[in-house]
Amino acid sequence: MYEDIQDLKEDYIFPTSEHAPITRTMLALYAGASGDHNPIHIDIDFAKKAGLTDVIAHGMLIMSMASKSLTDIFSHENIKEIDVKFVSITKIGDRPIFNASVLRKKIHKNKRLLDLKISISDQNGDIKLDGTAKIELSDES
Amino acid sequence: MKLIDKKLIGKQYPDISFAIEKQRLRFFSKATSQTDPIYFNEKFAKQKGYPSIVAPPTFLTTVGYEKDNPFDFLDELGIEIDRVLSAGQNYIFYNLIFAGDLILMKSRISDIYDKKSGKLQFVEISSEFYNQKATKVAKSISTLVYR
Repeated sequence: MYEDIQDLKEDYIFPTSEHAPITRTMLALYAGASGDHNPIHIDIDFAKKAGLTDVIAHGMLIMSMASKSLTDIFSHENIKEIDVKFVSITKIGDRPIFNASVLRKKIHKNKRLLDLKISISDQNGDIKLDGTAKIELSDES
Repeated sequence: MKLIDKKLIGKQYPDISFAIEKQRLRFFSKATSQTDPIYFNEKFAKQKGYPSIVAPPTFLTTVGYEKDNPFDFLDELGIEIDRVLSAGQNYIFYNLIFAGDLILMKSRISDIYDKKSGKLQFVEISSEFYNQKATKVAKSISTLVYR
């Protein structure tokens, strides 16, 4: 947690956080845990028939990494909305990197409302996921 | 490429009832690289003031897959599973979800539209989630792209 989380300013850029590179094991475990058994994520033969060169990561796994990074920064209950677009596919070996910044800050009664811009890029700087998150901080949080 | 029937906008799906179990939460938390013990350890979660293990923010994605054939809605839309990808996801959170909760999911097709002269078609599925106290815990919009 950031000690000065109450004092975050507009345009503040959070330190990036790196996630483990995507492996086949991660995709198999995520398929089992989430119930998304679409073979395009776990079966290379199927992926090739679908015109891809290999399996690709579940978009929701990438979003889950972004929300993991958010829960590392903020208390879970302060996260009010996460809205993302999956802008490109994530492949085996890609290294997801979480980026966030404060777009807007509003003070409403005793609450501080933060609109964050969030994204996940890879080791080459290619954007995989792009979106926003809304955070609500009360004085005691 | 055939166009998805826009008459399907507004179609409601059968409600899904989903019991939130500790083991499944731990599995999901592990698979999504969570490390905070509130997502794994009931004793720790209780010490933090929660009734049990906390469901991570994206856990609700699992609820929609809790049926015999989670992809049968694609047949009705006329979409082959190997031509569909997630295009976007929105979650609005009202209340936390914990192990022991019973979640009710209500879903409908909220929009169907295309871009690039029909080369890419999008289907939006909007869902609302309630717990066993009939408290709304979250709503979501999942956008699929048919390529």
